[in-house]
Amino acid sequence: MGNEFVQFSLTPMLIGTLAAVACALPGNFLLLRRQALIGDAISHVVLPGIVVAFLLTGAVAAIPMLLGAAGAAVVAVIVIEAIKRLGRIEPGAAMGVTFTSLFAGGVLLLEQSDTSSVHLDVEHALMGNLESLIWFKARGWGSLLDPVALAALPDELGRIAAVCALVIALTVLFWRPLKISTFDEGFAQAQGLPVGLIGFGLVGVAAVAAVAAFDAVGSIIVIAMFICPPAAARLMTNRLERQVGWSVVFAVASAVLGYVLAGYGPLWFGGQNAVSAAGMIAVVSGLILGLACLVGPHRARVGARGEAA
Amino acid sequence: MSSLLDALLLGAGYNAALVGIGAGLLGFAAGAAGTFLFLRKRALVSDAVAHATLPGVGLAFIAMVALGGDGRNLVGLLAGSALSAWAGLLLVEWITRRTRLSEDAAIGAVLSVFFGAGVVLLTVIQTMSAGRQAGLEGFLLGSTAGMLFQDAVVIAVGGTLAVLATWVLRRPMTLVAFDADYAAACGYDVRRIDLAMMALVMAVTVIGLKLVGLILIVAMLIIPPVTARFWTERSGRVIWIAGALGGTAGYVGAAISASAPAMPTGPIIVLGAAALFLLSLFLAPARGVAAALLRRRRFQRRVHRRQGLLALARSERVHDPLTLKVLRAEGLIRPDGVATDAGRAQAARVARDERRWDVAREIHQDAGLTGRYDGLTPIEQVFTPDEIAAFDRVIGGPSPVGGPV
Amino acid sequence: MTDPVLTLAADHGLTRAAPAPGDSPLAIRGMTVSYGEKPAVFSVDATFPPHAMTAIIGPNGAGKSTMLKAALGVIPRLSGEVTVFGRPIGKARDRIAYVPQRASVDWDFPATVIDVVLMGLYRRVGLLKRLTGAHLAAARDCLDRVGMADFTDRQIGQLSGGQQQRVFLARALAQEADLYLLDEPFAGVDAATERAIIDVLKALKAEGRAVVCVHHDLATVARYFDHVFLINVRRIAEGPVATAFTAANLHATYGGRLATAHLDQLDLGLGGAS
Repeated sequence: MGNEFVQFSLTPMLIGTLAAVACALPGNFLLLRRQALIGDAISHVVLPGIVVAFLLTGAVAAIPMLLGAAGAAVVAVIVIEAIKRLGRIEPGAAMGVTFTSLFAGGVLLLEQSDTSSVHLDVEHALMGNLESLIWFKARGWGSLLDPVALAALPDELGRIAAVCALVIALTVLFWRPLKISTFDEGFAQAQGLPVGLIGFGLVGVAAVAAVAAFDAVGSIIVIAMFICPPAAARLMTNRLERQVGWSVVFAVASAVLGYVLAGYGPLWFGGQNAVSAAGMIAVVSGLILGLACLVGPHRARVGARGEAA
Repeated sequence: MSSLLDALLLGAGYNAALVGIGAGLLGFAAGAAGTFLFLRKRALVSDAVAHATLPGVGLAFIAMVALGGDGRNLVGLLAGSALSAWAGLLLVEWITRRTRLSEDAAIGAVLSVFFGAGVVLLTVIQTMSAGRQAGLEGFLLGSTAGMLFQDAVVIAVGGTLAVLATWVLRRPMTLVAFDADYAAACGYDVRRIDLAMMALVMAVTVIGLKLVGLILIVAMLIIPPVTARFWTERSGRVIWIAGALGGTAGYVGAAISASAPAMPTGPIIVLGAAALFLLSLFLAPARGVAAALLRRRRFQRRVHRRQGLLALARSERVHDPLTLKVLRAEGLIRPDGVATDAGRAQAARVARDERRWDVAREIHQDAGLTGRYDGLTPIEQVFTPDEIAAFDRVIGGPSPVGGPV
Repeated sequence: MTDPVLTLAADHGLTRAAPAPGDSPLAIRGMTVSYGEKPAVFSVDATFPPHAMTAIIGPNGAGKSTMLKAALGVIPRLSGEVTVFGRPIGKARDRIAYVPQRASVDWDFPATVIDVVLMGLYRRVGLLKRLTGAHLAAARDCLDRVGMADFTDRQIGQLSGGQQQRVFLARALAQEADLYLLDEPFAGVDAATERAIIDVLKALKAEGRAVVCVHHDLATVARYFDHVFLINVRRIAEGPVATAFTAANLHATYGGRLATAHLDQLDLGLGGAS
């Protein structure tokens, strides 16, 4: 059991967990800024990004594709902002116009180019392939101390771990400016904080997290992890510090439970094949949010909302 | 090129013609139905609806196979997708109403979780013996390749029904989208009309699933209304312009797709709509970016010109670089910042205008007038020459008009 | 200097002494702000006095709040310069405390009363330094000064409007600034809160700080403030209450909206006769 677990389940589970946490952290602030759907927009434009990177480099290599995806996310964010300001269009509609158009462009490029020989398709982009990120060389827990085996860990694990660490470090470092500009933008500006830059930086970090997570686990988890754990966490507490803590707990729980249910759940029902782990992780995060909506201690709006005296 | 012409003239085969007509009608219905959502500032609800169809498709397939039928029956799959989309909509509404979460969070949660559930079901179907060639992935991006005649009929009939429903419900929906409180005061049941609006969006989504897929149908619901908004300020017209734009994109997109290989219908239609959007964003006469930039620039120069002349009239130095630039460009000051003769004359006019306003505001103390005293409105726009002459008599001036003031 | 044009301008009262922004807590020159194509504030000059409480007054939509926000850079200016204690505002941010309108934030934000007050310390504490017991004590002291010491750990959404306004004021107190800018601090608050706020503001003035409030209640101007700044898109008048808060200036600011009967009930300054 131990050997098999380390070889086949440990790394996917770790990657899923790190991806979930990296997305959930910026998700908290996006949620409070009413920008929750920017995660949705970013994860849709990842596809055109990797297709363009593939067409430019002619190879399916991880780094150029990550850069392409990150570039597409930045382009999308700028276009959304430009449409909002220049066209005086409400944010939701501006987002909808942008990400659907870019996504359509990505699909068309993919159809037009000869990608039949390489493993690059839309379903993979959406659903990821968490199950395939196994640790071939592992021979049990002892491999954790074996340099040869460690060198054969999937690249995705190193990348998502680095991004997750980056996200955590940035969240800690910029905690105060983030909190103050999210709560009261005018006050932050009057103090001389660059609120525009902070907002853009937040979306940028979200994009980096989304791209790295997408690489490992596909778009669905990305959207689900941006929104579901922070939303459920908001219903558990009335303090930002604790909300962020809860969101990490929920993200980890979704990733671990979702992976286990996808891998072993069908066996309990007499099936033989595992189901999509990415999909199941999203479903579990939704169930957690559903529970929080039903019984979360701070689920309802209360008190004066700025008008009543 | 001739094959495109053939397709446009419905000469590319029976199926292609039906798909073209269906896509046109669907585009029209999507544009019109999306307008109501857009005006209600809930455009992305359509995103939740679209993604929420996926588990319904999967469940319907499994149910039909379990009952011994053909899992790929389009009507059955669409019925399943409608049911799960409806469940998703109700959940968005429930979360927004019952918890402190805002609608965008509810939309994002529903779309990702339903989509995740759909993907889980798809992997279940892949392991079923009947599921190997189910082709349900086609619902993600749409696929007209290998479409059955019966499927094309479903799309054409569905598109027609959606347009009819839009036509019948246009008045109450316009009212609610434009001003929900007023509609409620008029005795309309806003909640039911909202639900009808959502039902229409859902119907369009379901019909469009096979044609453009669940991700891109969102574009057909959002892009045409946003584009139409650039061309008119009247909500009634937005609906029909959006419908026309959507219909054009749908029909032409389907024709292009039918006339060339590797031209998937959904992306072509969406990119056509996006091209129309970009054109409108930049070139629309009143709300377009080019027009707005020009106006903004002219306005800013007017402000700086006026402020500069006021400073000259008060014999103050002008510091602001843009003000200096504007004044120099018009020859109102010399390069060293000293007023020219023309500059002095203009400053005198501005000073007189200011003085006239002072007098005008003393004589006519009314609210409307104070609002127009914004520094830019020339007094000639507000008062008749006779009235202005009367102000001048109060002012007196450098060359006395005569008589006691 | 016998330029006929300039003489004309002088005749018409258009010339005026250039403001001496040297040590004014807040000096504005030639500021224009517009929403779209209509100036909300046009070519306004203002020099607010030190050690005083100033009210910015004018009718609804006259640009009172806009002027304050644009001076702070919260909304963009079309033109104009702003100095704070003689230096460009960007270099004197630490001397300003700003109290925005209560309705400008989402009170459903997950924070408690003390969290909000501590935000006033962030600028001094920096990014990473830990908040110490001394910081907490300072924040509690600020809450005590506005009479909110009993609500330290209350979620901010559960407060009444007046209590929310006091928390905002406490946050500004925590900044220990020299210039306090308040946007409609008395709007929609209960009488007890209004008294509490004015007591705090008067204490600030007594300590030698400058206070500027966007204010809408003409009836309390003379009791609360030393200086007034009257605005209706343009600067109408500015000066001590006794000389600037006059019926003539009020007419010029409010137009016919202010009935003469209403004016009579106001506690106008000495120069009340027009």
